[in-house]
Amino acid sequence: MSWIISILASSIALAAPVLYGTLGEIYTERAGISNLGLEGVMLVGAISGYAMASATGNLLLAVVATISAGLALGLIYGFLTITLQANQIVSGLAMVIFGSGLSGVVGAPYAGIAPGVTFSKVSIPLLSEIPVLGPILFQQDVFIYALYILVPLSFYYIFKTKHGLRLRALGDDPAALDAAGINVTLLRYLYVMLGTAITAIGGVYISLVYTPFWNENLIAGKGWIAAALVIFASWNPIYAAGGAFLFGLIEVVGLRLQMMGVNVSPYFLSMLPYLCTILVLIFSTGSFSKRRSAAPAMLGKHYDREAR
Amino acid sequence: MRLKLEKREKLPFYTKIIIPVVCVLIALLFCGILMKLMGHNPLEAYQKMVKGSMGSARNLSESVLQSIPLMLCALGVSISFKMSVNNIGAEGQYVMGAWAATGIALYCPWIAGEMTLPTMIVMAFVAGAIWAVVGVLPKILWGVNETIITLMLNYVALFWLDYWCYGSWRDTAASNLPFSKSFDDFARLGTLYQRVHVGIFIALIAAVAIFLFFRYTSSGYQIRVIGINRAAANYGGMNVHTKMILVMACSGGLAGLAGLCQVAGTVGQLQPDIAGGAGYTAIIIAYLAKFNPFYVLLVSLLFGCMDQGGFSIQLLNISINLVTLLQGTILLAVLGGEMFTRYRVTLRKDAKEVAVK
Repeated sequence: MSWIISILASSIALAAPVLYGTLGEIYTERAGISNLGLEGVMLVGAISGYAMASATGNLLLAVVATISAGLALGLIYGFLTITLQANQIVSGLAMVIFGSGLSGVVGAPYAGIAPGVTFSKVSIPLLSEIPVLGPILFQQDVFIYALYILVPLSFYYIFKTKHGLRLRALGDDPAALDAAGINVTLLRYLYVMLGTAITAIGGVYISLVYTPFWNENLIAGKGWIAAALVIFASWNPIYAAGGAFLFGLIEVVGLRLQMMGVNVSPYFLSMLPYLCTILVLIFSTGSFSKRRSAAPAMLGKHYDREAR
Repeated sequence: MRLKLEKREKLPFYTKIIIPVVCVLIALLFCGILMKLMGHNPLEAYQKMVKGSMGSARNLSESVLQSIPLMLCALGVSISFKMSVNNIGAEGQYVMGAWAATGIALYCPWIAGEMTLPTMIVMAFVAGAIWAVVGVLPKILWGVNETIITLMLNYVALFWLDYWCYGSWRDTAASNLPFSKSFDDFARLGTLYQRVHVGIFIALIAAVAIFLFFRYTSSGYQIRVIGINRAAANYGGMNVHTKMILVMACSGGLAGLAGLCQVAGTVGQLQPDIAGGAGYTAIIIAYLAKFNPFYVLLVSLLFGCMDQGGFSIQLLNISINLVTLLQGTILLAVLGGEMFTRYRVTLRKDAKEVAVK
């Protein structure tokens, strides 16, 4: 029993960074902008927080640095894709390359140096004593507790509030919003920046909580997996949580099998999350699946007033 | 007064040159400021980069050497982008090509000799092609977006490479590094000048072939049409799926040949970091070159110089990632700058202001 609990608890820890990325991208894509640059945003988020934690020893400042870095990247991405109407797929790729270069340069002095401070696990009194569920859900760190709030809150915001309705309209029919006198450009900027800020937290989670150390390959495709999960989750935060947990589970099982010395090469086990992402994409978007695509209608298309 | 965007009727000649130059300057400035903030001397770094990449005949030849795999990968990427298929898996296709070439070179003793190199070339192409087609097959069969799938396959290919490099192909006798045995001479590409090998001819031939194909064949024309409007091409009776497989096979095959050039030309053995991000750099190059094969060669040469120059700035204690950052920033700037090739920014007086006057 205890090993099941420990597997499920570590699945949550492995799911958390991916889920931050997925949640961020859900906001961005719901607003009609596709940002495939999650990998780059997470890398920059990871090193910003790490550098700040190493320099000041203050974890709160580290999170502030991460969020600021995320906002700054969002501003750049928004300027490119909203104001300058650049191709969003190539811009996303450019963000990945830019982010990996930037984090590599800034992070070079920190490679191999411990950050000094990390977020430790906090048991929630009473709740953590619930049998089975307590150790799985309530003996984690603050980032995971934040997700317990962020996921349902995002769901409620997107589907049940006036602002959420506007957000969905941004992606489905920005012209209608414009006609209603709402500033499409400003709103899109805000959601792109909100998206990158949330995504950046996923990066700092890996560098300051999960690992915790810095190296250039720290994110190792988690940003791309997060981007794939957005599609799998039908742009819905609740499904995203489920999908991310599934990926955490797959990764943990792979790691556990390696530790148990199963007669499968660790290199093949390491391929699992990536192969599963491919399978998930095929099964959730393949033409044979009965699911209706929930993609925002105007996703990835510029809104140009004069072109109408 | 307010800024106003106006569609350009025709692009003035000078903007074609000014916009890319400004983009490169922006990137240099951005990286310079970053270096300054980190306590380095940017001017010294840039000087070192130029000297390291072009300062002497030897350095220049090393830069050309660096650019060979970039050329091949970028040519491959550019043909897939031309038909609007986002093949961002060149890195994985490169790795598979290098892996297949190594397998032939070291573990097929029955063909050892003059047949080795031709077999390596064919198999590297085939391996890259298969990996690329695998990436686009879900799109053809079930309409699944290829972007993330081709990218995911990069990670799979890299673990596949690790499996062999750290496993049965590792040459434990030579060193404790995860490298394969060194290739015999019959499995190496001949050299032309210094270390520059004949792989550069493969790149040149590929560029000319691509140019002629798109310019003079009906298939080339159809692929261009598919790239611009897939629905119209389908309606016009073009076989979109066959063309897609063909283009992806060539795209991946070229990346595979880049892998071959690296193992059989430059390095002479298989190493886990054999690709070193060339597949990603290739995407930048293809985009900057506007998918024109001859521009691809030129931009690759420039990027080869940057990569080579990057080795020199390490002496100043600056991370080699600065080169990646520089290249990424150039791409971001160029993407943003495209707006100004399509539109002209003008200052307009508001109607109110005009009325007051």
